[in-house]
Amino acid sequence: MTWNTVTYAGWGRARSATGQIARPERQSSLLRDIAGFAAPAFGMRRSYGDVALNDGGRAYDMTRLDRVVSFDAETGIVEVEAGMPIGDLGRAFAAQGWIPPVMPGTGFATVGGCIANDVHGKNHHVKGSFGQHVTEITLLQGAEVKTITPKSGAIWKATVGGLGQTGVIAKAKLQLMPCKGDMMVLTERRIDNLDAFLAAFDESKTDYTVGWIDATATGAHLGRGILEEGEITSGINTSKEGAKAVPFNAPGWALSAPVVRVFNELYFRRVPAKGRTSVKPITEPFFPLDAIHDWNRLYGKRGFNQFQCVVPPERVDVLRLMLEKIGASHLASPLAVLKKMGPGRGGYMSFPMEGYTLAVDFPNKNGSEDLIKELTDMAQDAGGRIYFAKDGVADAAQVAGMYPEQDKWQSAVEKADPEGAMMTDLVRRLNLRAKES
Amino acid sequence: MTQTAQTWIILGATSSMARAMARRLAKEGAMLILCGRDMEDLTASAEDCKARGACEAVAMRFDARDSTTFATIIDHAALNEGAINCAVFVGSMPEQSAIDADPSLIGGVVQDSHVGPATFLSMLAPHMEDRGQGTVVGVGSVAGDRGRIGNYVYGSAKAGFATYLSGLRNRLTRAGGHVVTVKPGFVDTAMTWGIEGMFLVASPDAVAKDILRAVAKKKNVIYTPFFWRYIMLIIRHIPEFIFKKMSI
Repeated sequence: MTWNTVTYAGWGRARSATGQIARPERQSSLLRDIAGFAAPAFGMRRSYGDVALNDGGRAYDMTRLDRVVSFDAETGIVEVEAGMPIGDLGRAFAAQGWIPPVMPGTGFATVGGCIANDVHGKNHHVKGSFGQHVTEITLLQGAEVKTITPKSGAIWKATVGGLGQTGVIAKAKLQLMPCKGDMMVLTERRIDNLDAFLAAFDESKTDYTVGWIDATATGAHLGRGILEEGEITSGINTSKEGAKAVPFNAPGWALSAPVVRVFNELYFRRVPAKGRTSVKPITEPFFPLDAIHDWNRLYGKRGFNQFQCVVPPERVDVLRLMLEKIGASHLASPLAVLKKMGPGRGGYMSFPMEGYTLAVDFPNKNGSEDLIKELTDMAQDAGGRIYFAKDGVADAAQVAGMYPEQDKWQSAVEKADPEGAMMTDLVRRLNLRAKES
Repeated sequence: MTQTAQTWIILGATSSMARAMARRLAKEGAMLILCGRDMEDLTASAEDCKARGACEAVAMRFDARDSTTFATIIDHAALNEGAINCAVFVGSMPEQSAIDADPSLIGGVVQDSHVGPATFLSMLAPHMEDRGQGTVVGVGSVAGDRGRIGNYVYGSAKAGFATYLSGLRNRLTRAGGHVVTVKPGFVDTAMTWGIEGMFLVASPDAVAKDILRAVAKKKNVIYTPFFWRYIMLIIRHIPEFIFKKMSI
């Protein structure tokens, strides 16, 4: 049977959808199905909110199309099916001396999703965004099969970071990057406050840099955390990684304010005051939470939302205000990340821009949505923007003006999908495709 | 484990269980011959297996209803040294209602699920006997354990294949070979996608893992997931005068 009625959710589980899903296992069945019925596609649903959901409509589950289609060992160009998890790709080629130049915070994200959200990694300041390393995309628009490249113009820039609105990504070619091995030298050190963090980012010279922030800290400790700096090094990881799993939904108090405060204190002190350096398999610093399957269950059955924004480098003041607001709310979870971004971006609607990006998880409970909305307003006022791969809360007016090339994207999308068959819940909620009159 | 890479012929390699098994074998550095009808799909899987560590992976045409496709595959496998192994995932399951309406479909089901693969294995068996080693994995189904109103034609073909495998085991064991009969319960594949009444559904990769463990331990008959052994034990022991009135 092609269509199966399923209730499914984004990774945060605060948003869900019910609709008919097809899960083709071969390219030939994908082509046949989409020629018969055009609908949006999703992969592992690691986006937090509703960008991959289509409530009441149909969608394609791409996870069974997860193969390497070809690999050129001379050039390092690999073609893969869109449903391939990026971590699998990394693992398959690291031993052969190649690695995807950009990997997001979870290896479970699929290549199709990485393109559609133009994801970034801990090396954004060096390598830019994921889409900048994609060399070709096979795009399905109804019965039409299109092969596009960076030379294809508007359709390319509307597809990379384009939230799947130009068609279903069936396959893609990526330029891999040569690497010495699959181990990473990782240096961790404590950072006492926000100013120290920003200074540390400026001084950092490593390829991979990210900051964990204690979002519960206030006053003199506001913005304290741990800076992680890494470089890929030689050596091949031979250990068998076993993953743990969260077997059931955690109760509400598991991530309550006092628990999070204690956890963060311990997490901060885990790194000795003088810092430490270790050598780890790259999967650990790249995908720290992948070792715990279904960790989203820690937030209980109501789920959680993540707020992620980027603000221009000169608006550190807003960053500070945001952290004060979050600290005072007692709603933050242990997961909070700060990173300095470079200018690299691949498409019209790509999230990255030069500045500082802040990401914080909030359990879906009393007042957290209001807080996220306030933070979204602050990002908008500061000339920053929020990340659609994370959002499940904002409303249309709040994102207006955040993406300066939105009109170009709209024109290309209008041409590629005039019927609006590829619309998803997020695109509808934020009214992203409606042109301002 | 032998020093030379293991050769595995996989019949019906486009199925998701076969893909999962091929991937696991690829990681062990096997030489893979992926067989089926959709050459474009098989070629993609072969490339994928090579990227994941297979010593070699090729796609070859196999049609259970066309025995002229068999010899080329066996000849190709025979070029490799060491053990030749074969895993059979082929079979077809039209809706029982479609078969009831058109009984001429029965021939195709039996050909795909029993006659074709059994003919192939009987052609391969002398090579295995010559080499004094090699394992056959035959994927049957719990549907073959008892005829039920919902899929008794498919079940009867799988039952016939299971009996064939038991005889082949008897034959190859004395020549140093081995046969594992695999009876999967409900597996999350394109065949079961969207069918109502599925429960305790296993992932294709979990089944592949069970199969390879059974190969390593030289098990004879396995159910996967394991608890289907007990479910089917109960179902097989329901007296016929009650069973005939049931619709499970």
